[in-house]
Amino acid sequence: MKILCLIRQVPDAEARVKAKNGLVDLEGATLALDGMDEYGVEQALRINTDGANTVAVALGGARFEDAIRRALAMGLERAIHVESSEHLDVVTQAKILAKIVQEEQPDLVFCGGQHADSDSQALGAALAEALNWNQITWTTALEIENSSVKATHDVDDGKEQLELELPLVITTQQGLNEPRYPTLPNIMKAKKKEIRKASLADYGVAGGKVRVVKQEIQDKQRLNKLIDGKDPTAAAEELIKLLHVEAKVI
Amino acid sequence: MILILAEHDGKKLKKTSLEMISAARGLNPEITVALLGAGAGKVAEEAAKYVGQVLVVEDPKLEPYDARVYSQALQQIAEQAEASLVLIAGTRAGRELAPRLAVRLDAPYLEDAVKLEGIQDGLRISHYAFLARVTETLEATASVIIATVKPNTQPAAAPNAQDGDIFEVELELTASSVRVLGRTQEKTARVALTEASLVVTGGRGMGSMENFKLIEDLADVLGAGVGATRAAVDAGWRPYAEQVGQTGKTVQPNAYICAGVSGAVQHLSGMGKSKYIVAINKDAEAPIFKVADYGIVGDLNLILPALTAAAKRLKD
Repeated sequence: MKILCLIRQVPDAEARVKAKNGLVDLEGATLALDGMDEYGVEQALRINTDGANTVAVALGGARFEDAIRRALAMGLERAIHVESSEHLDVVTQAKILAKIVQEEQPDLVFCGGQHADSDSQALGAALAEALNWNQITWTTALEIENSSVKATHDVDDGKEQLELELPLVITTQQGLNEPRYPTLPNIMKAKKKEIRKASLADYGVAGGKVRVVKQEIQDKQRLNKLIDGKDPTAAAEELIKLLHVEAKVI
Repeated sequence: MILILAEHDGKKLKKTSLEMISAARGLNPEITVALLGAGAGKVAEEAAKYVGQVLVVEDPKLEPYDARVYSQALQQIAEQAEASLVLIAGTRAGRELAPRLAVRLDAPYLEDAVKLEGIQDGLRISHYAFLARVTETLEATASVIIATVKPNTQPAAAPNAQDGDIFEVELELTASSVRVLGRTQEKTARVALTEASLVVTGGRGMGSMENFKLIEDLADVLGAGVGATRAAVDAGWRPYAEQVGQTGKTVQPNAYICAGVSGAVQHLSGMGKSKYIVAINKDAEAPIFKVADYGIVGDLNLILPALTAAAKRLKD
């Protein structure tokens, strides 16, 4: 089976995000392969255990190469990097990625359920539509037998079990698996793996449906009043009083 | 004209639908609500109280929900009605459907808006980004734009003086190729998490399923909703419906009280907009205290019952 894994390089979940001139400034920030995408990379390697026929696909700036190397070090066979630092809306991204899917002809495409930079959940479904495929979003369990896929995924009020036929776009999340850490030999091997570079022009798609006007850091000032809990009754009395009298929320 | 895909349960409109109607009224008075799926007809009269036109589609191909078939239906309605904006709820289902519709209409998609503003020939929205650490303002101009509206960020609309018209619509739809094998619904007897003005949440530090009794007791005295972190849900201590965070629900109560929660950013992205954050943790260095307004450093097994007792005394 051939599998594509869409990956992104995003600020590390614990990193402090800064803004400059009304836009997020990632200069000096710790960047990492999006945790949501790692579940897809891991799942691809559990299906094709030798890593054969597994391809990382990244659409983003030159800095994405670190995330690509990480995915290759986890075990994917090769990568395609469409280099662009432009802000691309999701419909445009889906059009470019659909062309790559048509070139590569995979049976399965994995995509993170929500991206840690745009907080968008849209890419998997947008790509599926651009391909006229079905999708499974927020997948937590997956079983593939020949061309039939059984999956459990999260819906608004609980969980749902589905059965579908390949090809599919599957969006991944925590709970699907435990992504592996790359071993040192695999990190060395990944340095020699192929990363095919491409540009937006190669796919004849122009972006620009959505403009970013500004990005502001949300740093709500918190009161940080800490109470010592050695005397639980006194501490509880004090907290309830603060919530009642000062915050007026109870 | 603004087209709203209203969510309903076959008996009533969901709260998010009334929120979308109020957001739409601020942009354009011409509003059409589309009601799709089983029971849509039963909700039509209620919807007509709020907008000028209600379209009802009860095609059996719309059951069970499949984003692919729904996007096909909405495309046909949006094109026939010449909608300039399509609003869809920012629920899981809505955020799966909206990008499909945007691709079909080759339209800009603005996702999970907390604020919507009209601009010349277009729309400007604010939404949260970078795991809700950033508020991003986006805009698009096009003949048709698709947007999802984050639940619980808009006031609910009030009925109009005059009822709108109801039309039944027939569409040409392709049958879904998805087989639904089963569904597990998770319900709570307490106030719905996303609608609660107070939330009490337990994390991994609760230690066991049984220990969540301490969380429930405090929640019941306060009339609060009960939440859980991903770790507590993954451990099987609490149902998924109670999960707060990046992969669960987003809540914004007046006070968010959490015990045994370390403060991972994935969790913060689901509750960081709460008016007051209160943390109970034995580790004074836990990251949750950095974002807390009030905190008690101590053993939650002693603190939680003491809080329940103190809250009870206050209520009496």
